[in-house]
Amino acid sequence: MSENTFTPADYKNEQSVRWCPGCGDHAILNTLHKAMATLGVPPHMTAVISGIGCSSRLPYYMNTYGFHTIHGRAAAIATGFKVANPEMTVWQISGDGDGLAIGGNHFIHAVRRNVDINMILFNNKIYGLTKGQYSPTSARGFVSKSSPYGTTEDPFIPAELVFGARGNFFARSIDVELATSQEVLVAAARHKGASVVEILQNCVIFNNGIHNAITDREYRADRTIHLRDGEKMLFGKDMNRGLVRDGFLLKAVEIGKDGYTIDDVLVHDAHCESNFLHQQLAMMDGTDLPLAVGVIRDFAAPTYNDEITAQIADVRARKGFSTLRDMIRAGETWEVK
Amino acid sequence: MEKTSVKSLDKVVVRFSGDSGDGMQLAGNIFTNVSAGIGNSVSTFPDYPAEIRAPQGSLSGVSGFQVSVGNGVHTPGDQCDVLIAMNPAALKQNYKFLKPGGVIIVDIDSFKDDALKKALYTTDDPIRELGITAQVVEVPVTSMTKAALADSGLDNKAMLKCRNIFALGLVCWLFDRPLESALRHLRNKFAKKPAIYEANAKVINAGYDYGHNIHASVSTYRIETDDVRPGVYTDINGNTATAWGLIMASEKSGRPLFLGSYPITPATDILHELAKRKDLGVKACQMEDEIAGVCSAIGASFSGSLAVTSTSGPGLALKSEGIGLAVMAELPLVVIDVQRGGPSTGLPTKTEQTDLLQALYGRNGESPLAVVAPQSPTDCFNMAFEASRIAIEHMTPVILLSDAFIGNGSSAWRIPEASEFPDIHPHYLPDELHDGWKPYLRDPETLVRYWAIPGTPGLAHRLGGLEKDAVTSAISTDAANHARMTEIRREKIARITRDIPAQEVCFDTPGADTLLVGWGGTYGHLFTAAEELNKAGEKVAFTHFRYINPLPANAAEIFRRFRRVIVAELNCGQFADYLQARFPDVFFHRVNKVEGQPFLVSEIVDKVRNIIKN
Repeated sequence: MSENTFTPADYKNEQSVRWCPGCGDHAILNTLHKAMATLGVPPHMTAVISGIGCSSRLPYYMNTYGFHTIHGRAAAIATGFKVANPEMTVWQISGDGDGLAIGGNHFIHAVRRNVDINMILFNNKIYGLTKGQYSPTSARGFVSKSSPYGTTEDPFIPAELVFGARGNFFARSIDVELATSQEVLVAAARHKGASVVEILQNCVIFNNGIHNAITDREYRADRTIHLRDGEKMLFGKDMNRGLVRDGFLLKAVEIGKDGYTIDDVLVHDAHCESNFLHQQLAMMDGTDLPLAVGVIRDFAAPTYNDEITAQIADVRARKGFSTLRDMIRAGETWEVK
Repeated sequence: MEKTSVKSLDKVVVRFSGDSGDGMQLAGNIFTNVSAGIGNSVSTFPDYPAEIRAPQGSLSGVSGFQVSVGNGVHTPGDQCDVLIAMNPAALKQNYKFLKPGGVIIVDIDSFKDDALKKALYTTDDPIRELGITAQVVEVPVTSMTKAALADSGLDNKAMLKCRNIFALGLVCWLFDRPLESALRHLRNKFAKKPAIYEANAKVINAGYDYGHNIHASVSTYRIETDDVRPGVYTDINGNTATAWGLIMASEKSGRPLFLGSYPITPATDILHELAKRKDLGVKACQMEDEIAGVCSAIGASFSGSLAVTSTSGPGLALKSEGIGLAVMAELPLVVIDVQRGGPSTGLPTKTEQTDLLQALYGRNGESPLAVVAPQSPTDCFNMAFEASRIAIEHMTPVILLSDAFIGNGSSAWRIPEASEFPDIHPHYLPDELHDGWKPYLRDPETLVRYWAIPGTPGLAHRLGGLEKDAVTSAISTDAANHARMTEIRREKIARITRDIPAQEVCFDTPGADTLLVGWGGTYGHLFTAAEELNKAGEKVAFTHFRYINPLPANAAEIFRRFRRVIVAELNCGQFADYLQARFPDVFFHRVNKVEGQPFLVSEIVDKVRNIIKN
């Protein structure tokens, strides 16, 4: 299919979008429409399946097959959908509460199983639809309506969970980085298997500015790094800073300082089977080391749905039954005349 | 081989019992299959402990397998003619199941001091201690097995594992079963372990020959072949029949079959069977939990499959929210609940009918759906088909209430021709309605919405758990609309009545003024009880429900014809409550049992008689 058969408008429907003005979800929705147009999969061959939460309203704003399901279960529902109807391109939309708290079990198992779905995780580190409780990605000590004295628990780092579940695709973007979001969404869809895209998203009402330390224009260039497969890991306003190996760890250096040259800077390899460096890159949080955006890991592995399809073809060819009756008659039977 | 005394009986009941590691289920299963193979009707009742390996030799570790074989067998029988007890614990747990005049066969080698202690005997004479007066045949099963295998090269542990097959050989001799057929089953069972097969083949012959050698002391039985309709038969248990019924529905509807499930006793065999049926294109996914089981099925249903999830009571509880989504989204979904004893983890391996109200009402909101219940192992095939048909043609979740008794129990089954089942017509959107179609537009007669399969150009649509406008299908919180949609969902299920068979009554003789009512897996016991009551001169009609919600249209008329209506069920009166609420002008008497065990025919007969007397 040619890539320009569809325009973003083909994936939009007439519903008025009900998110709060200024919500990061608007930008993600628009980049998803664009990514879908780039991919060129027809709307009727696309399904968008969500759980519950602000972000999970998204399917209602798509001109595709869509299912707004129940809290936490989108990954399980998307798994069944994809296995049963593998010709469809399946997107699964969850927030940090939906995907990582109530739906944590389905999230890790969908990733482990490597079912070919594109999982977008809108991470605003808050429960918005229930009006402001801390989420499983809120930092320790975070003050919210349900943690008036600060939380006493550590958050998940979504990437770490993905690697723990042996994920083969992880990418990250920020709601305001439209081009990056589009790039990683397209890459996620092209990856065969479970693809997790974390998008740092701002909740303008209940958690406004939670990602500001990274996303603010003033520091963004120094506190983030856009990783691209095959390219040097460079960042900074003047792209004069880079990531190098420092013993067992990573270190940010300035080219030309302390004896570091461009040759010392690591080249990103998203397709490497070992996830050791991918995980270190994904764990960078914008403090000592810049937060990584872009495709961090993209390793090809057999998908759950393809393996099921192949196994069925194989077993059918070997057994040669065409109906239930054939199968039963091939077993132990006796005849009464 | 010559036999000195052959008793001709209509049916005999054999109960194999031993430690849960003794292989009693295998011995029982082979005996069942061999009997079915020579044309007997059979009915089985595996009775095994929840713990896979309770302490060896302990009372809690006793595993039993009861099978009834012969003519017109409807139940595994209340009591057995022959009891095989492989150790003292098994004897203690099972001697009470022996019929007066029955025979007990024990492995006398296992009646050692330490085994007696483990089974909490206080004397060294267990037979006297238990007050057993029946004939007890003491067979040195362990030493004979070892002797038969002396040259086999097997170690002691491996030799002991063959004890069950020695007992099986003995029972085959007692009941004149052909050893060739038993050997064939053993060969299949141990296809990948030829040495083990060889050992078991030796042992089963040794057991058979031992039977011959001691024939003077045991009466033997010949079981007559049942008169049955012509056709090709196989032996089938309820869970397998359920799986196969779903496959038949898939063939008849043209929709691919998807199962999302999670292992749970006693329903797991449905997952096992459908996982094997990749050879028929079935997609069976073992998911991460019960919730994912139902949710993956809902996703598969949305995508166009005949989608099923299988479970038992605790799993049904976990699936409640998902089933509610299928109610709201009006998607076809078959939910199989092989009921077991509850509440909570309860009695995982035992049978009950205690999930009826959970199936009918166990969801948030007004959340109606269809409920059906098979009445026997073979009927699981028919009702799994019916559940699928109703789900697909009426765009609704359907709960199939099977139970541990019929799920594990087996009987002979005439393999039906595909032509005996109707085509299932998925409620697709007709071409002329494509323009301006909305997902919640319905057939005005049935109130069923249309199924637009993803991948179809022009029919992209969004479903969800939020209430939708009856006309535009957009999200709606409008008060009047919610009332209207609630009524539509209720009425849609009620109208399924038009699409199910009328309820039948048997033993409906002139003058019968008492009606015995049952539902689901208790059919065999209730039918037999009604038969016995009528033989004894009590005019008791009998009706058994397989369609629970909605009820057949003529149910009210039936109840109102009888002076006395008695509902017998394995719970505290859930179906009686349901009927009482619907038919307040009828008084429903109750016969209930919640022991994790099937009814005994005798107790139904007694309780019905008591109600009639008073």
